[in-house]
Amino acid sequence: MSLFLIVALPFFGALLPGLMNSAGRQACAGITFTVSLAAFIGLLTNLPAVLAGDLVTARVDWIPSLGMNFTLMLDGLGFFFALLILGIGLLIIAYARSYLSRDDNMGEFFTYLLLFQGAMVGIVLSDNILLLLVFWELTSLSSFLLIGYWKHLPEGRQGARMALTVTGMGGLAMIGGMLILGQIAGSYDLSVILQNRDLIQADPLYVPALLLILLGCFTKSAQFPFHFWLPHAMAAPTPVSAYLHSATMVKAGIFLMARMWPVLSGTPEWFVIVTTAGLITMVLGAIIALFKHDLKALLAFSTVSHLGLITMLLGTGTAFGAMAAMFHILNHATFKAALFMSAGIVDHEAHTRDIRRLGGLRHLMPITFIIATLAALSMAGIPLLNGFLSKEMMLEEATHTVLFGAPWLVPALATFGSLFSAAYCFRLIGHTFLGPVRDDYPAKPHDPGAGMWLPPAILVVLVVMIGVAPFLAEPFVKVVTASVLGDTAEVPKAYFKIWHGLVPALFMSVIAVVGGLLMLAIFNPALRLWETTPRPEAKTIFEALIAAIVALSQRFIHGLHNGAFTRYGAIMAVTVIVAGFYAWSTGTVGPASREMQPVTPVAFAGWVMLLAATIGMVFLHRNRLMSLILIGIAGLMVSVGFVYFSAPDLAMTQITVEVVTIILLLLALNFLPNQTPIESTAMRRTRDTAIALAGGLATMGMAWHFLVRDAITTPISEFHLANSYKGGGGTNVVNVILVDFRGFDTYGEIIVLGIAALLIYALTETLLSGPVRARLLNRKPDQPRAGDMHPTMMVVLTRVIMPVVLMVGFYIFLRGHNEPGGGFIAGLVVSIAVVMQYMASGFSWASARLRYPYHGVIGAGVLIAGLTGIGSWFVSKPFLTSDFTYVRIPPFEKFELATAALFDLGVFLAVVGAVMLSLESFSRLARRAHVPDTEHPMDIDPSRDDPPMTPAREGV
Amino acid sequence: MELLVASAIGILTAGGIYLMLRLRTFPVILGISLLTYAVNVFLFASGRLSIGAPPILRDGIEVYADPLPQALVLTAIVISFGMTAVVVMIALGAYLGSDDDHVDDAINKPSTGTGDAT
Repeated sequence: MSLFLIVALPFFGALLPGLMNSAGRQACAGITFTVSLAAFIGLLTNLPAVLAGDLVTARVDWIPSLGMNFTLMLDGLGFFFALLILGIGLLIIAYARSYLSRDDNMGEFFTYLLLFQGAMVGIVLSDNILLLLVFWELTSLSSFLLIGYWKHLPEGRQGARMALTVTGMGGLAMIGGMLILGQIAGSYDLSVILQNRDLIQADPLYVPALLLILLGCFTKSAQFPFHFWLPHAMAAPTPVSAYLHSATMVKAGIFLMARMWPVLSGTPEWFVIVTTAGLITMVLGAIIALFKHDLKALLAFSTVSHLGLITMLLGTGTAFGAMAAMFHILNHATFKAALFMSAGIVDHEAHTRDIRRLGGLRHLMPITFIIATLAALSMAGIPLLNGFLSKEMMLEEATHTVLFGAPWLVPALATFGSLFSAAYCFRLIGHTFLGPVRDDYPAKPHDPGAGMWLPPAILVVLVVMIGVAPFLAEPFVKVVTASVLGDTAEVPKAYFKIWHGLVPALFMSVIAVVGGLLMLAIFNPALRLWETTPRPEAKTIFEALIAAIVALSQRFIHGLHNGAFTRYGAIMAVTVIVAGFYAWSTGTVGPASREMQPVTPVAFAGWVMLLAATIGMVFLHRNRLMSLILIGIAGLMVSVGFVYFSAPDLAMTQITVEVVTIILLLLALNFLPNQTPIESTAMRRTRDTAIALAGGLATMGMAWHFLVRDAITTPISEFHLANSYKGGGGTNVVNVILVDFRGFDTYGEIIVLGIAALLIYALTETLLSGPVRARLLNRKPDQPRAGDMHPTMMVVLTRVIMPVVLMVGFYIFLRGHNEPGGGFIAGLVVSIAVVMQYMASGFSWASARLRYPYHGVIGAGVLIAGLTGIGSWFVSKPFLTSDFTYVRIPPFEKFELATAALFDLGVFLAVVGAVMLSLESFSRLARRAHVPDTEHPMDIDPSRDDPPMTPAREGV
Repeated sequence: MELLVASAIGILTAGGIYLMLRLRTFPVILGISLLTYAVNVFLFASGRLSIGAPPILRDGIEVYADPLPQALVLTAIVISFGMTAVVVMIALGAYLGSDDDHVDDAINKPSTGTGDAT
């Protein structure tokens, strides 16, 4: 099966459980299982290639210019992890089906689980480190959802947040490290990076990259000092803990260290950092685990400890260490998942996970007892179980590792850690299952149904099988190790066997097991000692740290972002002026190269009007209606200016937009106060004037500067002028640019316009459904209403000119390709025609005659424009390639047919819809407010007001 | 002529900035509209000024105004309508909801705590 499909299956499959939720829990779990099984089988079809040492790849270029490609590869290491993720995933799904109660939303759970599974498979199969980072962040997010699945538990929410904070920050650090690595290697493809060991390790940025990447790995894999999030994540449902913390999430960091092993390991920095962190984590985790009373907390800290063990092995940088690490990952995944599931069973049946309240379960839950005991003994390192083999290899490796110049240090600490590890395993068995049966369990424990014990039982079969016959796992582990090592080292020849002779590792093992038993014997005094020893509480420190960061950023933000819009406006204006001035003063200016054109009287008159209107606005802005009239003058003068300076299309657009904007502002002013009171101090007005004058002078200077100089290079407009007719079939170059050369921009713009209109509609709906509605209904108009709301003259006039205006719009639309006009302008003209009807005849009359909702018109416009663009795909051209031809139907002259006209139709419809939806929304507010609405367009109709003929329709 | 256009841009900008710094929503909206004019004319002027040479291709005519800024400004005008409409709606909603059309928050009180909902 294609690698793409293996990664994509869980993601697409994630949609199904949510959809199947109402089909029942069985169907929900069934579909999830099927999806995972399909991906699992797909993975297995690649097994022969992997065993033969081939590299299976799949590649799609995504953003080649950024070096970001969707490339996947499958080698031994990737296969191994994918096998764990999908294989244990299947068992977890089966287990979760029985574990989750009826109150839990199963669809939601399985959706999160599949998302997580897909992200994990993505990480281990990525060949591009940028892609890997995307999947990496996805695991952080989806694990957040999984850990916080029980939203009603504060521990769940806190644990999820802590996990996201820690792993998310590590992920950010790792992005930095990966980017540095990619820069050094000159490629973001892992297969290329892995070939460049010498180049990368010689680079001065090697150490920063290493530190950043290790930060990512250590946070994800809960290495000291980032180990604290993992135990808190145990608030998740047990299937999540079993999945995330045995086989997947926390192994992602380990995976990455193994993946990067060929290029990053072998240096003193790597050795010291990774080995030390691993060693500390292993010992610390084991000690804390022994004194935890919650079964899951015990297992959580034991996971921390085992992750430390694996990290330490990878840190040694030897081939044997890497092989031991891979083997232990396999063994740990099997026994730890089984243990988590057993803990879940105990919790499920006895209703408590507190070891102090348990004991004697061996008689009540024999099946669970056997499963948990075998898994725990394996974890303790008892022979004939798989944990013994890899622990032996670890101890063997430890005797050859010299840290800080002390040859005894690593072996001693490794033995010490193993001793505690054995002790907590024995405690888990002894205090939970052995001892007398009690009569004070919160619930009567008994073995669960096969659905719950079968998944861990399958894992325990593996534990025993590998433990008794290690040669079964040996070839596979060696294939995996070979792909970890790459070209850097040979796979060690060592055989996996139970009896190695009387080697030091065996003595260390014996010390650990015997010591563990002794430790359990003196557990009670040790516990008292532990409880009286003061020790830092990671959660308190973490929360204090977060609170301090929040307080710091609040101080910073509230200084700048104090809710005063005018302050932001002033800061922004000043910043732009200063930055512009800086750029200006440090740049070079050529001499003026254009001759100034003479001032004509007409232009001067227009300039004076613009000046008067703007200055008038500044001084008279407290009278709002007056300033609205003045801005109309300014807009009109801008339109005239466009005509004057050879931009007829712009002038038509500006003047039509001006009309609808003024109508819109008038509608708004209907509700707003008519006067702006004087509130600002004279000082403040002086300051604002200074800023405004500085801004005005700066823009004037800049505009003046470029108006008297030619462009320093030939503008691309030459291309548009030369190709407009030849390539686009139109003589109006502006319109051809809009619908053809830059059609994709225009397409985006009509979508934005449509979104703006829908936003206005949504805001209106929100207002009308909230408390504002009552206020609007009770509102008294602040000015006397006109006695004649729908003047007959106006009604008649607008209806008569409606067809004419529509015809003008139609004409402007059609000629747009060759003469000034086009979809934008035609749309605005037609909108004005319709708005006139609303204004003259009233809202109800007009909307009663409205056949198509404006949302639909917007949608149709965007759809037509989009389909026109897609049409070019059918003739194997890129999106929005246009074509045109000339047609002659005998009685008429030859005329042109262009696909661009169809696109322009889309623009036209979108503009009409957007403008009308906005204005209509505003007038709906007005309608609810105070207008005694009537369906009749004309107010003066004697027959209507005549009681005997027709009942009064007032207020309808 | 160039000076007239440059000064018109400057005046529109100055008026726009001044009104934008007012305390009530309505003048702020008008200020933004004035700034929009200024920016549009500024962009348009980057194609330099030409009189009587619209970019409509005709046989025998060689000199045309720069069409590219015109096309860009055309869409900018339409988009700025959309933007104005949204801002007006927000201003209106805020006023109808609170009976207050100030643009600045009245009380500047930092929110308390770390946002921890637990």
